[in-house]
Amino acid sequence: MSAVPALPLPSPEVQPLPEPRLRLLTELTQGLDAGALLYVSGYAAGLAAAQRNGHTAVQVSSQAIERERATVLYASHTGNGRRIAEKLAASLESRGLSARAVAAGDYATRELAQERLLYLVASTHGDGDPPEDARAFYDFLLGRKAPRLESLRYAVLALGDSSYPKFCEAGRVADERLAALGAAAIATRVDCDLDFDVAATDWSGTALQHALEILKPAGDAPRLAIVSPLRPAALAVTVATRDAPVVAEVLTRQRITGRASDHPVTHLEIAAPADKLAYEPGDAVGVWHHNPPFLVARIAEVLQLDLAAPVSHAGEERPLGDWLTQHRELTRLSRPVLEAHAARSSAPALRALIQGDAQARAAVIRDWQVLDLLETHSADWSAEELVGALRPLAPRLYSIASSRQEVGDELHLTVAAVDYEREGVRRVGAASHFLMSEAPELRAYIEPNTRFRLPADSDRDLIMIGAGTGVAPYRGFLQQRGADGARGRHWLLFGARRFSGDFLYQAEWLTARKRGLLQRLDLAASRDQAEKVYVQHRLREQGAELWRWIAGGASLYVCGDATRMAPDVHAALVDVAQTHGGHSDESAQAFLGDLVAGRRYLRDVY
Amino acid sequence: MSDAPLSPVEHIKARSRLLRGTLETSLADAPTGALAEDDTSLLKFHGSYQQDDRDLREERRLQKLEPAYSFMIRTRLPGGICKPKQWLALDEIACVYGNGTLRLTTRQAFQFHGVVKRDLKATMAAINATLIDTIAACGDVNRNVIASANPVESRLHAEIYAWASKISEHLLPRTRAYHEIWLGEEKIAGTPEVEPIYGATYLPRKFKIALVVPPLNDVDVFAHDLGFIAIVEAGAKGPRLAGFNVAVGGGLGATHGDAATYPRLAQVAGFIAPEETLAVTEAVVTTQRDFGDRANRKRARLKYTIETMGLPAFIAEVERRASVRLAPARPYAFTTSGDRFGWTQGFDERWHLNLRIPAGRIADRDSARQLTGLRAIAQIHRGDFRLTPNQNLIIANVAAGDRAPIDALVLDHGLDLYTRASPTSLDALACVALPTCPLAMAEAERYLPDFLAAFEARLAHHGLARAPVLVRISGCPNGCSRPWLAEVALVGKAPGRYNLHLGGNATGERLNVLFRENLAEAAILEALDPLLWQYANERRPDERFGDFLWRAKLLSA
Repeated sequence: MSAVPALPLPSPEVQPLPEPRLRLLTELTQGLDAGALLYVSGYAAGLAAAQRNGHTAVQVSSQAIERERATVLYASHTGNGRRIAEKLAASLESRGLSARAVAAGDYATRELAQERLLYLVASTHGDGDPPEDARAFYDFLLGRKAPRLESLRYAVLALGDSSYPKFCEAGRVADERLAALGAAAIATRVDCDLDFDVAATDWSGTALQHALEILKPAGDAPRLAIVSPLRPAALAVTVATRDAPVVAEVLTRQRITGRASDHPVTHLEIAAPADKLAYEPGDAVGVWHHNPPFLVARIAEVLQLDLAAPVSHAGEERPLGDWLTQHRELTRLSRPVLEAHAARSSAPALRALIQGDAQARAAVIRDWQVLDLLETHSADWSAEELVGALRPLAPRLYSIASSRQEVGDELHLTVAAVDYEREGVRRVGAASHFLMSEAPELRAYIEPNTRFRLPADSDRDLIMIGAGTGVAPYRGFLQQRGADGARGRHWLLFGARRFSGDFLYQAEWLTARKRGLLQRLDLAASRDQAEKVYVQHRLREQGAELWRWIAGGASLYVCGDATRMAPDVHAALVDVAQTHGGHSDESAQAFLGDLVAGRRYLRDVY
Repeated sequence: MSDAPLSPVEHIKARSRLLRGTLETSLADAPTGALAEDDTSLLKFHGSYQQDDRDLREERRLQKLEPAYSFMIRTRLPGGICKPKQWLALDEIACVYGNGTLRLTTRQAFQFHGVVKRDLKATMAAINATLIDTIAACGDVNRNVIASANPVESRLHAEIYAWASKISEHLLPRTRAYHEIWLGEEKIAGTPEVEPIYGATYLPRKFKIALVVPPLNDVDVFAHDLGFIAIVEAGAKGPRLAGFNVAVGGGLGATHGDAATYPRLAQVAGFIAPEETLAVTEAVVTTQRDFGDRANRKRARLKYTIETMGLPAFIAEVERRASVRLAPARPYAFTTSGDRFGWTQGFDERWHLNLRIPAGRIADRDSARQLTGLRAIAQIHRGDFRLTPNQNLIIANVAAGDRAPIDALVLDHGLDLYTRASPTSLDALACVALPTCPLAMAEAERYLPDFLAAFEARLAHHGLARAPVLVRISGCPNGCSRPWLAEVALVGKAPGRYNLHLGGNATGERLNVLFRENLAEAAILEALDPLLWQYANERRPDERFGDFLWRAKLLSA
């Protein structure tokens, strides 16, 4: 690669950098080739991301926006969308096009009017909702302030789960809205189910072709590297990834719910070499689990298949047992699997289910495992057909419950057992079962979660609201803030079923409180009295004090259940803003919206 | 008195604003099942101890959970009498808030175990609703006043019981803290509170009073700071109370390896008329208040105060304060410290059934559904219940015609141990110890059945199956089961290990001595075996094991 002139440095008026620093920067970048410049740029952006306090989403100069380049926007929760977007942006760049991948939550919506080519990778959650992080973008896009987009060309890749009635809703809504605003779709939207790999790759290929036609690849002209916030690039070289996880040793495996609890929760400590599993408090760890051996054996028994028999699929050959143990989902049912089974079965009940009420079907997909389907409605499967029809195994994500400052080269996670009876038969969650078993090691990678990080400002107060294993990231937060000697105060509001058995990490919170690191600690034990008490009740009870903290600049964090807790907590916050902050319902909503936009109200809910 | 700095508990009491401390704040602190440390000392004065399930301590530490804290609540029940209606209410409290057991103590009180902090207020309120309270059931105050449970001398017993209540009321703390914290009483602003007897820092240590009617010494009268031995005279209408011999300075607590601490029998100081009882009681209490050691809690009981002052000086001080001259002690004699099991008839023709309740624990276990059985009895019983200082229960004041249905319920619910148990296991005592007592070094209540089985097998081996031996087990040397008076006592040293004490007597009038230290069960039995062999071969008719050991010079003081 030939040497190119140094990047045009922003003028001091736009981006104040003291004169000596500016000189150093000029000196540093003078004569570097594009690769080195990209490195420096990425490094700086990573540093910025690490210390971002919510107000410094990457600033992009207006100069840059006018350039012809593609924006790949992703609204992603589990990281699948981010991976697809980053891969696409990288392949565009590799073909000499200017491109950036940006999280919808980091995207400055005012730039939308100037975009020429936009790719949107949007995943759908819950009842047809976009990911938490992308709500502000969707509010803007669907709202009255959205600009006309006549000069925009776009394509949408929608990710979803066909088990839900509103399959790929967030992608569909964005697609239709962009069209309504005058933008021209350059390709038909593609809706992906859980096994999105093939469809997503096809869509990305098409997207690349369109971009090559629409945008002129940069010739000798200086290229602008516009980089979304990254983790420091120096680390990006060797980190474990979803597709190349690291094998991590399990150091400790300890049940942390007491005898009074009927919900086993396990605390795991795994070895986390800094170069492979670099993480920040708030990040998640992805774990590739094995399906329970008894489940694999039972499926083979029901279908009368030989687990040792070699099975070829998509160019790979391995024994059926391996496919089922390590490469296929057995505990999560999906609509395609249900349909494929129905096509093989003569059971009228199954046909009725496929053609009938969507809610009933959704309930079956939610509550049944593959084995339930095979046992309830018999059908013939060959090993090859089965492997072809089942969804590829997906890793599970767990909030990291530690800070390296406290635990060194370890990573802690908190795993709740999924273990229940369906019609008298025991069913377990594959990943939690695996993590709670005696496995001495596991394959893991870090899934950065930039939307749920500590504020850079360690003087800022934190209000941490969580229930169940949703308390995990706060353990990491508090460890980090303790190690940093943070002067900000901390308030934990925790919801559990029973005080005596389910108060996760109780002894640690009490120690932190004694040390003066945790200033307030509130517990809502839902089942310890006749009427259920949840965290939102505590928020209202403590409304006056809560409002004083918020008015004083505290950051709010909410982690845990998305369907009930997060909306209930939000409603309680609205109440508190009204009761103690003098807001109307509408202005309270707007106030909280501003907190979200200002990254002072962060949620990690699922 | 010394110039040594006051013990930390003295400071806690002094700044507690008459036992309030920060109890309200501690109770409201939901994230922990414990109280703030200072408040745990103050809570005792309200009749409750913070404890934790020691069986679960290590497990919960690994689970990153605090210890499984719960509270023991002890009632104040002077003389140990309660009505069937109260019994039913206490039974319900034990089932709703406690661990489903009622425990009868050697101080004739009920204990509830396993009450968690968030239920503590409701439990205290529920207990008080039965017209039984818990004030001063623990703490550096006068504890529950106990009295001979003997109901046979009906009229005399009623008189002694009345004195137990009067003394208890007279020495009750006057602070309103209890009523404010547990019963929601409004604080009355501006009225200065005083403790006329105790003062703001109460007593240096716990204080125990017992009243006894010879010849039964079921209260172990010499084990208490202050004992009243009823002296009975023949009167025109039957026996009447002439007055009391006053015994002072008993106490059984000691610390392993600390020679400055020891069990001590009370000494009879003289005789008083009944009407002098309260004045003398108050004088003994205030003398201890002013002269007791407030620097070293291990040396703070009245027994050490008397040792330091000398008995004559102590008596002189009491006489001065009470304006009473003690007369020479009158003669009296005890025959046993045990209970009279089974049905007995009082002078008023009413019947009384003394049941055996091992270690005082009333629970439903397997076929012995004692809690259920006593509930059923309480539903039909028209008399009262009496808790004995030997951890047993008397169903008292039964008309002759009401005996049969009670007998049937007793039999149905495995409450008939008194008809089946050997003499040795009938009289045995054990304190609570593990898992809830924070002081316990070894098992006691849970170990009693196993030890008795092993010990009685040895007795039977030597042909001594029917020879009564007074056995007591204590989880630590503080002596809640009064081990120092037993013929054979095990005092907890470490899990599974005990000091073996021998040579108490059957009437509670002789301390035993340390025979062997730090033994496991096999070694205890091995140490006892030759002594039992010798006893079997050389004993005189009706000679007790403890008396034999001394006569045969097998023990040295």
